[in-house]
Amino acid sequence: MSVIALLGALEAGLLFGLVALGVYLSFRVLHFPDLTVDGSLPLGAGVAATLIVSGADPFLATAVAFVAGGLAGLVTAWLNVRLGILNLLASILVMISLHTVNLRIMGKPNVALLGERTVFTPFEALLPLPFFWVTPLILLGLLLVSVWLVHRFLTSEIGLAMRATGANPRMARANGVRTGAMTLLGIALANALVALAGALFAQIQGAADITMGIGTIVVGLAAVILGEALLSPRTVLLAALGCVLGSVVYRLAVAAALNADFLGLQAQDLKLITAVLVVLAMTLPGLRGRRALRAARQRSGGTGGGR
Amino acid sequence: MFRRTVCAAVAALLVAVPAVAQQYTVKVTAIVEHPALDAVRAGAREALEARGYDVGEDIDWEFQSAQGDVGIAGQIARTFVGESPDVILAIATPSAQAAVSAARGRVPVIFSAVTDPVDARLVSSLEAPGGNVTGVSDMTPVDRHIEMMLEAMPGLERLGVPYNPGEANAAVLVERIKALAPEYGLEVVTASAPSSADVLAAARSLVGKVDAIYVTTDNTLMSAFESVAQVGMDADIPVFAADTSVVERGAAAAAGFDYHDIGLQTGDIIARVLEGEAPGEIPVQFVDRTLLHVNLGAAADMGLELPAAFLDGADRVIE
Repeated sequence: MSVIALLGALEAGLLFGLVALGVYLSFRVLHFPDLTVDGSLPLGAGVAATLIVSGADPFLATAVAFVAGGLAGLVTAWLNVRLGILNLLASILVMISLHTVNLRIMGKPNVALLGERTVFTPFEALLPLPFFWVTPLILLGLLLVSVWLVHRFLTSEIGLAMRATGANPRMARANGVRTGAMTLLGIALANALVALAGALFAQIQGAADITMGIGTIVVGLAAVILGEALLSPRTVLLAALGCVLGSVVYRLAVAAALNADFLGLQAQDLKLITAVLVVLAMTLPGLRGRRALRAARQRSGGTGGGR
Repeated sequence: MFRRTVCAAVAALLVAVPAVAQQYTVKVTAIVEHPALDAVRAGAREALEARGYDVGEDIDWEFQSAQGDVGIAGQIARTFVGESPDVILAIATPSAQAAVSAARGRVPVIFSAVTDPVDARLVSSLEAPGGNVTGVSDMTPVDRHIEMMLEAMPGLERLGVPYNPGEANAAVLVERIKALAPEYGLEVVTASAPSSADVLAAARSLVGKVDAIYVTTDNTLMSAFESVAQVGMDADIPVFAADTSVVERGAAAAAGFDYHDIGLQTGDIIARVLEGEAPGEIPVQFVDRTLLHVNLGAAADMGLELPAAFLDGADRVIE
């Protein structure tokens, strides 16, 4: 695998690390299965691309995309909290409406950004590095900051209330937590992160495309669960780091699958190979653990007998 | 024993992999695999073979499909750029954008089956693309299609166009039709079909509002074309298409090009680049040849009697 391919995988992994952080907030912290992300990723991309093309500053455009994603999340949470629509259905409804909203915002299905100034342009001039190093490095910095912020947030008083809302809403309410407000805030934040990923994605890829959100939730969930398997996190900080790590490992698996042609595998096998590699990444640490456990039992002389 | 077998197998693989030293490397990527895009790929290969290259022998040819995932398209583009091939062939808009974005002029990118390369920002001008990019557009010659429909149906005034507004090429084509329609004295009525399950409803919504229905090269409409043909037969509205492949599936007539021809044109450009021409100096090409296919049975079912002169111009007539 070439350096460019490896850095490309790292770049995609870090980018979807933002998505994974969002999915972690909704799915793990709030126990809210949120499919809105399939719509909020292209929403962020579309908002940022449309603004940049019409002459806005790329940093401002990215910030607006972040807010737009937050609003989309608010709508989902509002449908659930205020109108009492089941969380899964609420998110599906917002996801499909976002398809129309995104088309309206973009005015066409594909807004190209090739050759435009992006948030990465100033750094490319600043850092004495080849371009394929610059984006992954900036994303790495951004992700570390995001992980730290998520950690700080979830260990703050509001964050604790949010975790209580997800863990045991009745108990949380009994302790004076406004669970509805927590859901609104959490889902908004989750989708804001996903839209931010979309905005950066469009600027890296050279275009916002209406189809770019398909499967976002799948990749996000895979990253969260893979991260949990790799780090078995006990703290929020480790869990947030795990999301990013899981996302990077997932993308490395895709990169490995793309380079698997020497095994006689073909382009159409990509998704299955990726899945198998992810399964391996998830089960190998467990197998190692089990073997270590068995070795430890043998050393202790099998005092327990039986098992 | 087991270990030795594994070692032998690995060694065999290693020996088998680095084949003969190949002259050129061409990396090919497409956003998805479907018949039209596959035909482009096959055509490009054939054109190279016709120019005397033995693909697989003289040219190391590798294909990766992004399977509809824009993120994977980006990773494929970076994998390819990292291997510094002589040419990257990128099929369809999202793959082409990903390739151009990753290549940054370092590797020649030839795109194909991109409807509007300027709007997609792949090139700054069609005549002199500049940079390290050029290719072949699959922009449908909409004007020729309108003329075809007017020849087949001289009384045509209101034209119905069902399309998926979420599909880049379809949206561009509908804009073109709307822009051209006044010149031909046509009124355009559109109907939105965001997924193939909505095609039937979209076609039905046009009944009573239009004299004929025109289906563009819209993938969503193509995959559910039978529903449109059925509505046309039930309501006596002739259905025309921009792709000859649906004539057998019930269109009255279609003028279209063959994606295989687009592939051939693309392959010629690849050969020119391999032989040293700068991509930026090769103008973007459009389809040279369109074919007219007619389905007499479907036309009759849709209450359309085709003029003899029209039938004479057909490349293929299905009785």
